[in-house]
Parts: sequence; C-alpha cells; structure tokens
Amino acid sequence: MTEFEVVIGIEVHAQLKTKTKLFSTAANNFGDDVNTNVTPVCLGMPGALPVLNKKAVEFAITAGLALDCEINLTSVFSRKNYFYPDLPKGYQISQFDLPICGLGHLDIDVDGVTKRIGITRIHMEEDAGKLLHQGADGIAGSTHSLVDLNRAGTPLIEIVSEPDMRSASEAKAYMVALREIVQHMGVCDGNMDQGSMRADANVSIRPVGQKEFGTRAEVKNLNSFRSLERAINVEVKRQKALILSGGTVIQETRNYDDATQSTTSLRGKADAHDYRYFPEPDLPPLIVTQDWFKTIKEALPEHPVAKRERYASELGLSQFEIKVLMGDIETDTYFNAAILVNTEIAPKEICKWVVGDINALLKETESSFSKTKLSSAHLAEMVDLILKGTISGKMAKDMIGKMAETGDAPAKLVDSMGGAQISDEGALLEAVKAVLDANLDVIEKIKNGKKQAAGFLMGQVMKATKGKAKPDLVSKLIFEEVKKR
Amino acid sequence: MSVKELSSKLKNRELKAVDLAMATFSKIEATESDLHSFISLRKEAALLQADSIDAKLDKGEELSPLAGIPITIKDNMNLRGEKTTCASKMLENFVSPFTSTAVQNLMDAGMVVVGKANMDEFAMGSSTENSAFGPSKNPWDLTRVPGGSSGGSASAIAAGQVPVSLGSDTGGSIRQPAAFCGISGFKPSYGRVSRYGLVAFASSLDQIGPFGRSVEDIAYVTEGLCSHDVHDATSVPAPAPQLVSALTKDVRGLRIAIPKELFSDEIDDGVKGPVYAALDVLKAKGAIVEEVSMQALVASIATYYIVAPAEASANLARFDGVRYTSRIKDAANLTEMFTKTRGQFFGKEVKRRIILGTYALSSGYYDAYYIKAQKARTLIKQSFDRVFANFDVVISPTTPSAAFKFGEHANSPDKMYIADLCTIPANMAGLPALSVPCGFDNGMPVGLQIIGKSFDEATVLRVGDAYQAFTDFHLAKPEAYA
Repeated sequence: MTEFEVVIGIEVHAQLKTKTKLFSTAANNFGDDVNTNVTPVCLGMPGALPVLNKKAVEFAITAGLALDCEINLTSVFSRKNYFYPDLPKGYQISQFDLPICGLGHLDIDVDGVTKRIGITRIHMEEDAGKLLHQGADGIAGSTHSLVDLNRAGTPLIEIVSEPDMRSASEAKAYMVALREIVQHMGVCDGNMDQGSMRADANVSIRPVGQKEFGTRAEVKNLNSFRSLERAINVEVKRQKALILSGGTVIQETRNYDDATQSTTSLRGKADAHDYRYFPEPDLPPLIVTQDWFKTIKEALPEHPVAKRERYASELGLSQFEIKVLMGDIETDTYFNAAILVNTEIAPKEICKWVVGDINALLKETESSFSKTKLSSAHLAEMVDLILKGTISGKMAKDMIGKMAETGDAPAKLVDSMGGAQISDEGALLEAVKAVLDANLDVIEKIKNGKKQAAGFLMGQVMKATKGKAKPDLVSKLIFEEVKKR
Repeated sequence: MSVKELSSKLKNRELKAVDLAMATFSKIEATESDLHSFISLRKEAALLQADSIDAKLDKGEELSPLAGIPITIKDNMNLRGEKTTCASKMLENFVSPFTSTAVQNLMDAGMVVVGKANMDEFAMGSSTENSAFGPSKNPWDLTRVPGGSSGGSASAIAAGQVPVSLGSDTGGSIRQPAAFCGISGFKPSYGRVSRYGLVAFASSLDQIGPFGRSVEDIAYVTEGLCSHDVHDATSVPAPAPQLVSALTKDVRGLRIAIPKELFSDEIDDGVKGPVYAALDVLKAKGAIVEEVSMQALVASIATYYIVAPAEASANLARFDGVRYTSRIKDAANLTEMFTKTRGQFFGKEVKRRIILGTYALSSGYYDAYYIKAQKARTLIKQSFDRVFANFDVVISPTTPSAAFKFGEHANSPDKMYIADLCTIPANMAGLPALSVPCGFDNGMPVGLQIIGKSFDEATVLRVGDAYQAFTDFHLAKPEAYA
C-alpha cells in the first residue's frame, strides 16, 4: 500500500479594519443596510477614480512586518479583469507582479513542536460586493439576484503561504496563528463568521519520498477553522481514492460544502479565467518613503510572540490564561483595558476573573467582552474591593452576574447585596466563639489531628454571618480559639 | 468676441450674463439643425446660473474673468443631474450623480455650461461619425467631418455657437478637430487637469482641454481648469500655472525643432505648405528652426492602438447591464445579459477597440503586444527628452490632411487611424500640445501643432499666441456662420 504525504499551501484573504474603503471614502462597515456604504467609486460609475487609502497600506506593511516579510517600498496595483455582477468596474484592483510584501514566515505550534511555514507574498486588493439570491438559499433555484455593493472596495490583504504544511491540523494551526497575528497587530478583526478572514487551500498528495509535488486542487470557501480542517481531510481522501483506483488528480478549483462535507469541481484548468492583468493606469506605483516606513515601524503594535513572553515573564500569567487571552482579541483587549484602570492591582488578579468567571458567564449568556455591560473599569474596581477585603471572592462571583446584567458599579452593588464583608476581628470573634461553643465535639476532632473538620466550623460561621465573614480571617480565628480551649 | 472682451463687458455691466446666455442659445437654435454640435442643452439651468452671476456682478463682487462666459462641455464629462451619454446607446439614459472636477472648477469660476457636445462614441474616432446620435458637421463644409472625437466641441466654436468649449484628448481628440474646424485647441500636460468625472477611454493618455478661437481664450480657460485634485491620483500636486500673463507675443531666440518623421510622405503637401509658411513667420520674428529626427515616433500609431484599446477594454467593462447602463430585456442567463447588452448597445468602433485591447492583454500575447508597446512608449518619451534638451518646442502639422468627407474612411479604420499620426506622440509622452489654424488647403483649414515640455504650458501658449499676433488665420470664419 502506497503511503502518501499531504502537501498544503494556503491563501488567506483578510479584510483590513480601516475606517474607509481601499479606494474611496465610503465607510468600511459590516452589516449596514444594503447599498448605503457606497460612493460613485464603489459603484463603478463612469468617470469615478480610485484614490489609495494610506491606512490600508500601513496595515498591509504592519502585517508584513509581523510575518517577517520583505517589504517592497515600491509596489504596483494591477487590474484583474473579469465580469461578475458583484464586481462593479469589471475588474478588481489588485497587486500582481509587484506586491507590497515578499518572502516571510510564520512559526506554528503543532502538538508542542514548532514548525516554520514560509510566506510567499502579501498583496493588497479590493473586495467585491455580494449577491443576494432571491427565492432560494443559494444561486441554485433562485428566481433572481440583487447586488449589495457595501462590501465592494473593502481593503483586503491576501497572504499566500508556501506549500509547507503536511496535514490538516498543521493547516489549522497555521490559520490560528495567522489570525492571532492579524488580530493582535490590529489590522483585521479576524471574524471568520462574518467573512473578515477567508481561506482557500491548495491541496495535493504525493507518494512518501517523491520530490515533485502532486497535481493540486484549490479548495475554496473555507470560512472556519473547522471547515478548513474538514475540507482538507475530505479532499485528501478523495485524491487518495482517485489515485489508488488508477485515476489522476487534475488541476482544478473545487468548492467545499460543509453541509455535505464534500468538495465539488467549480472549474478545470481549461476553464481557468484569463484575467488579463495589467498595471492600473489610474494609480501611480505605490512608493513608501523611508520616512513613512520608519513611522510605520515605530508604531508597530506588540507582536503576539513578544506578548506571550511578556504575559508569562512579566505578568506571571499561566499558559492556560495566556492561551485564552491570545485566542480571542476581545478578551485580550478587555484584559489590557482592565489592568490599566488601577496599576496597583497585579494583572494576574484581574486575569483570573477575565479568563475564569467572566469568560464563563459571557459564554453562558451568549454575550462577549465587547458587548457586556460589565466594564473593564468595574472589574478593576471589584478586584480592588476583594484585595482590600471589602468583599469576599464568593460575593464577587455573585456580583459579576449582577454587574453584567445591570452595568452597575461594584460599590453600589456592595450595599444592595447586603453590605460589605465582615473583616472586623472583634465582631467575627463573637461569631466564632458562639459556633465553637455549640460544637465542642468538632473541637475535639481538630485537636486529635483532623484539621479538615475546621471546614465545618467555617461553614457554620459563614452561615451565621450570611456569607459576609472574611474567610481567611475566620479560619485564623477558629484555629487560634481551638488552641486556647 | 474674445473671452477678454466679453469678460470686460460683463464686468462693467455693458452686457448681462443672462443676455449673453440667451444670445448663445439663440445662435445655437439657429444653427444646430445643420451642425448637430450638441447632444443635450441645459437652457434653464444655464440661465439660472447666468442670473446668479449677474447678481454678483451687480453687487460689484470681484469675480474670475471667466464669470458669465458660456461654455459647452464634451458629453463624456459628468455634470450632476445631467445626462452623460458619451454618444453611446449604452449610456443613453444615464444621469450623473456627480460633477467632474474640471467642470466644477469652471463653474466655480462662474462659467455657464450651456450644453453637452457631440463626440465619437466613448471618444473613439476622428470624425464624430461614431456618435450613436448622428455626426456633427464641419461649419466650413457641411459635407465634411469636424474631426473627432471632440467634434461637437470644435464645430460649436467654429460656427460661433459658443465662445469656448471643453474636449478631451487621448490621441488627438482636441487638436485634430481644432485643426479641421480652423480653431485653437489645447491638450495640457498629463496630470495638469483632473480626470475625475471624465469617462475614461485610455486612462494613461486622456486629458481634458479647451477649444477657443484664440490662444488667449484658451489661456483663460486653462487657468480655470487646472488644479490639484485629491480625487485623481494622477493629478499633479502643483498650483495652476499663470498662463495669460505668459502671453508676451515674443518668440525671439525661441528654439523650434521640426521632426522630419512628422513631415513624412503621409502628410499632404496642401498641409505641409501652410505649416512651413507658419515656421517662416516665426523665424522672421526671431525664432530658430531646426530639423531633427525622432525615429521613435514612427511607431506612434502602432503603439497607441495597443495601449489605448488595452486600457479601454478594462475601462469599458463597467458597462455591463448590471447597474446604470442600458440593458437588454430578454436575457436567459447572466452571460447572455452581459454579452447581449454589450453587443447591442456598443457601436462598431467601440467593440472593435474592446476586442483589440482584450486580445493585446491576453495571456500569450501580453508580452508581444502590451509590454512591447510600453517599451515603444518609453522610447517616444526619451526621444522627446533628448529633443527638449536643446529645444523649447516641437512643431509639426496637426493632421496629415484637412477635414475629409463623411464616409470617406468608413470602410478602412486604418486610414481613419492615420488622422492621429502627428497628435499621438504628445499623449504618449504626456506633453502639452496646441493646435492653431495656419492656413487652408482647398478652402479647408489646416492646423499647426506646437508641443512643449512637460508642464511648460506657458511656453506652448506663448508661441501660439505670438503666432496669432503675427497672423490672422484664427480670425477667419466659415462664411455661413460669420
């Protein structure tokens, strides 16, 4: 039985989160009413001309620097010609033979092993609009289609990898790492479900030991980590079966359908478009001056790799906490906002709540760190109250739910939740003594070495104080009193 | 009357802008059925505009010398709320939602736009015979073409319908009709006038420019046209040049190069005669004339008919039936909607050039055609650079012949293409170039072309204006419209 090796290269389209579009002043906003974020430029009106968005250039270079790419200080926009109703000019302005970024790389982690994946290039281009098929879910069976050009002209970078991945899980790890980069470098929101990041995978197989690559198929429409992984596995399976039954893989573009978990041919090599690329005459070559380049470099956000290291070494966060923060930009943004509110508080104390209870609560309530009423400032305030002993951790857990619900400040909730924690030794001592008096048998147990029996006493004190007693103080007092008896 | 005279009469209130506009419309109405210079008129809007200028002038406000002067613009320039048809069935009902920067600049200066001039469809042609709405006529001889593609803008001036007009010039579309109609026409340097709102034919060559009777009129309008425009990435970040003040009527010591390639056998003797005579005039006034060789110019037409159609094939792709264009009604599917719409609503010459350009860009032919043409274009530019190291201007005939008859080149596009022989090089190199009338060939006007250094509009216009100070060909009018 022939053993096959899988070879994968990935092209990722990432929408840049600029305020306006790549070549027009229309807002770059997802989810607005159809055809509202459009200017004559977006509509491909006769006489309209593209003007390059400088912020998009800065974002593309930022992504390139984060991926250790060579930056081409002179790059050229080209026209990619084809007809489709979502393409208002009949050509897409893209970069072809002189992209803004050249060779780079990205290190991925698969099962604890680091692997370096080559980046071939990054180029800038504009997104197309959207077709809204009427009368059916897709184009098949629809009666007619409407065109929404809100997305037309949204700035994209296309990040093309080398064929360096050898499994679907490596491909997924690459995608995860790439998402982390574009999110943390602040260039793309990484929302795959909204199409902010979309992947196409070039998949081929070859007998182990063979040097030449096999014929590849390009699998399109991979809009989640899961569909990327599944599509590659499905496609590899198809190619293996094809070869083993004496067939050959042909170069083609295939569409992945997550519902049926299968790929189907979109078009073969013979039907491949001739895009007739030529330099865009409406835009002079893009020249990034040394000064501009320097400014971009100086403003570069912290690289995710450096951020991870800092979180571990300077903030003392656990690997789990780091993973949660880095895996979701909203969580990380929230955490970083919260630790700035009161720098007296150790970030680790904040992180505990972000990664733990709040994260769980938001998932449970289908909310998110950007949507919740529990502000990062209120969180910091709450942690401060815990550290000062005003409230107990238990009270805090209850408080979180209330804050997320009402948006109230912790100080306000302390009162409505029955007042602050009792941390007055005198007051607590009374309660401890009363509990001890009523449980002489338990004192005996403790004296005989069963220290865990103190937990029962603790519970009784808490009950007596309606949960407001400061736990470590109660514990201290119980042991002191037991010794005395 | 010249712009200067009209301006002074308007300023001292001898003449009202509304009366001037009314007189303009009267002249148009009296002559338009013969000439067909216009695709559309905007009488009411123009009169309102003129009225507001009068109000300001009555109050003694200091306005631009262009304020109140009527102008017509070629129908490939957008003017908000008006149709921009490009003389095509494809855009027959397209009303523009925005105004082109060049037109806006002139309106801001107070110019009164009276209408939109006829042209070859999408500016492709040299005669206006490609207009989907019928050709314009040459006021000197109604059986002859006015030239193209800005033919309506030229015939309107020659017949005295309006004092000045705008055209666009991709390979000679201002200068050639100016020559055919015996008026002055000017293509400024590429990048000088914003292309925002000009419906693109060939983006790297297109340039808006004015027509007028005299170079002085042209200098006034050009000053108003030029501006740096953030909406056009190819617009140069430079202030508008001072042109009227540069008209010193002095050509002493001026170094004129005459490239022998633009005086070849393809140029009629009847054209060469007046051009040589004009050179003698300039020489007599102190200019130095020397023949030079610019071998690269021989490839101009071949180069142009790769570059321009290639760009056009992409520029015209947006006319697809999806949004604002005409659309056939009975398409069975998407492909049919595209192909039948484009098949039906584009004219023959437009389709010819789209096919030509698509072919030149196709995989397997790109290097042989498009890349080679770009190299040839670089050689043409370098050839001008070398000549301009030693000369101030290059002078040639504007066209190989005077205006031809309707239908004369109908079946031989290559003959029609030769009409651009002398004008294409300035577009290839992005240079300012002017055509001024310099005589007649069998009763039809002949044009003299003056090409200058990049962004040296001032010298080009100074030479043209000086020539007009020494001669009076620019004052000649066709008898029927005198």
